[in-house]
Amino acid sequence: MSSESTFGDYGGQYVPEALMPAIEELTDAYERYVLDNEDGFMDEFRERLADFGGRPTPLQYAEQLSERYDTDVYLKREDLVHGGAHKLNNALGQVLLAKYMGKERIIAETGAGQHGTATAMACAHLGMPCEIYMGETDIARQRPNVFRMRINGAEVNPVTTGRGTLKEAISETMRDWATTVETTHYVIGSVVGPAPFPAMVRDFQAVISEEAREQAREKIGSLPDSVLACAGGGSNTMGTFANFVEDENVGLYAVEAGGSSLSVDEEKGVAPNSASLSTGDEGVLHGARTKLLQDSHGQIMESHSVSAGLDYAGVGPELAHLVDEERVQAVNVDDDAALDAFHRLSQEEGIIPALESSHALGFLHEHHDELGDSVVVNVSGRGDKDLETVIEETSKRDLESAPDLSVFREVGGGL
Amino acid sequence: MSLEAVFADEPAFVPYLAAGDPDYDSSIEYVEALARGGADVIELGLPFSEPIAEGPTIQEAVVRSLEAGMTPERFFEFVEDLDVDVPLVCMTYYNLIYQYGTEEGPRPFVERAAEVGIQGFVVPDLPAEEAGPLREACDEFGLDLVFIVAPTTEGERLERMMEHVSGYVYVQARLGVTGARDDVSDHTEQSLARLAQWDVPKAVGFGIKTGDHAERIVSAGADGIIVGSALVDIIAEGHENGDDVADVAERLETKARELKDGALRGAQNRPQPEGK
Ligand SMILES: Cc1ncc(COP(=O)(O)O)c(C=O)c1O
Repeated sequence: MSSESTFGDYGGQYVPEALMPAIEELTDAYERYVLDNEDGFMDEFRERLADFGGRPTPLQYAEQLSERYDTDVYLKREDLVHGGAHKLNNALGQVLLAKYMGKERIIAETGAGQHGTATAMACAHLGMPCEIYMGETDIARQRPNVFRMRINGAEVNPVTTGRGTLKEAISETMRDWATTVETTHYVIGSVVGPAPFPAMVRDFQAVISEEAREQAREKIGSLPDSVLACAGGGSNTMGTFANFVEDENVGLYAVEAGGSSLSVDEEKGVAPNSASLSTGDEGVLHGARTKLLQDSHGQIMESHSVSAGLDYAGVGPELAHLVDEERVQAVNVDDDAALDAFHRLSQEEGIIPALESSHALGFLHEHHDELGDSVVVNVSGRGDKDLETVIEETSKRDLESAPDLSVFREVGGGL
Repeated sequence: MSLEAVFADEPAFVPYLAAGDPDYDSSIEYVEALARGGADVIELGLPFSEPIAEGPTIQEAVVRSLEAGMTPERFFEFVEDLDVDVPLVCMTYYNLIYQYGTEEGPRPFVERAAEVGIQGFVVPDLPAEEAGPLREACDEFGLDLVFIVAPTTEGERLERMMEHVSGYVYVQARLGVTGARDDVSDHTEQSLARLAQWDVPKAVGFGIKTGDHAERIVSAGADGIIVGSALVDIIAEGHENGDDVADVAERLETKARELKDGALRGAQNRPQPEGK
């Protein structure tokens, strides 16, 4: 673990001056408490992750998928973390850190609502007031998580600018932080933003690969040939990869959202995907230099994905660097393949995955014969939050694995 | 005239507008009206899609301008089309500077800005730590890079920053984002006191709305006042009501005069140390 502020050409601290003193303070706290375990911070964090968060999570052998693909498929079950996603690993770490730092209030952005939910839970657990910014489009498509945040006592502030998704939510949370920085900590939800966030969030999420690497040794008897994780901002990705990066024989695949198409509409400023690693280019957004979906002038594009958690025009700077270095392969699958994979895992393994995680499973489906004899797929979250979206989006498509949902029509429930 | 020289004789009035708000032609009229109303330096915003330091008023101006087709190249044409004889400062976010031209880095943008007569930059998402490459390009073409000093900028940080100052210091009057306010923040006087020992022009911005605000801030020691949202509000209102461009321009000119006069009054109330 180290407190890098840049990764190759990426990273840095492109934020308003008003925030810089707080970022310096945070860097100091990160180095002392997280990296040096001052006051036993990391011990307390690990204990709470176990007792409150339900860690460790299993590395489960997926029998049906293994048979189907003729490859040993192991699922890292982050969907079983309290709250239903890997997001708690980071949220709990940061809220606890904010307490150690003497901060009085927590703010966070959320896309899918999983990070907002995890932050709201961590705040309730640790007794901190909490406000979450969420785009209005995402509020509409991830309603269950909005209820969960409110029920855990968090305020939810709708963001109505732009397309009302994650990008706007991050901008608005930064504006709040620029106003309240003296008392407030911003719990950023992925490995994005100014240093030290990308390194710090990675370190909180690295518990995923710390466990998975050990578990793989026990279950497979060796390291896996390939490790797959979806990538929005890239926090489950970096968490799943971190302890495998040095293992050069392990292939690492970051699966982005291909949306409906990899093309862009420069005129409208819209990219119907969120594949910033695969198709974006270098620029500066939300505090970091990284790969972005932007037009030829440098205006940020509106991204699109069926999965709210992947719907973002940027990506973590370290992940962008690992892709440039060819240590990580940036790949993508489209909305249709992700939905199909959602249904396949639900039916064949009895696990309803988040639409985000379904992208990693979709890539497994499309490329299983290129991934070696053993594959670890990070199931970053569970899909309960996505049911409304899945039912709606499935009815518009002809998907191989979708169940027949006409039961709703028969009882007049409507579809 | 150099940016620094503008502040030498009397307190400067530094208005901000988003170039191209609500459209190219009207915006030209509006900027010229501000010059007639007494602007000493004009900060022209080149709109960026993610204006993280901006409150709702300027966010909306950015949307209007972008929807009307503003681009970096159009912005430079805009500057060339303006008929004003006060120094112009470009206020924008780093990604637009960084992406411009074929060569990597900020140099092509700065070169083009110098060509059209821009004299300096304010870049709200570029703290001193990341400003090296832009600074270098500015030095090469003789432009100033104006830094923002926030209420949270203190001690060693402030000292390090003051080594980089060129043109003037943008003193952020309060924490938060841009937007017109009904009061003057106490942070203002504290920040000015913290900066008193440095002999550089101090222009205060964030929240200034009236001539009375301007007067108070100048009498507290500011060398200039920066006003954005209060002016953009006038444009927004005129646009919503479908008012004549000439009428809106006149309102802007009147408002500019109110602010400049306030600043001048403030200078008279100020205890004048010898020689300054
Ligand atoms: C279940 C799940 N997986 C993945 C993501 C994407 O985020 P990241 O790329 O930071 O892991 C999200 C984001 O909301 C999520 O909820």
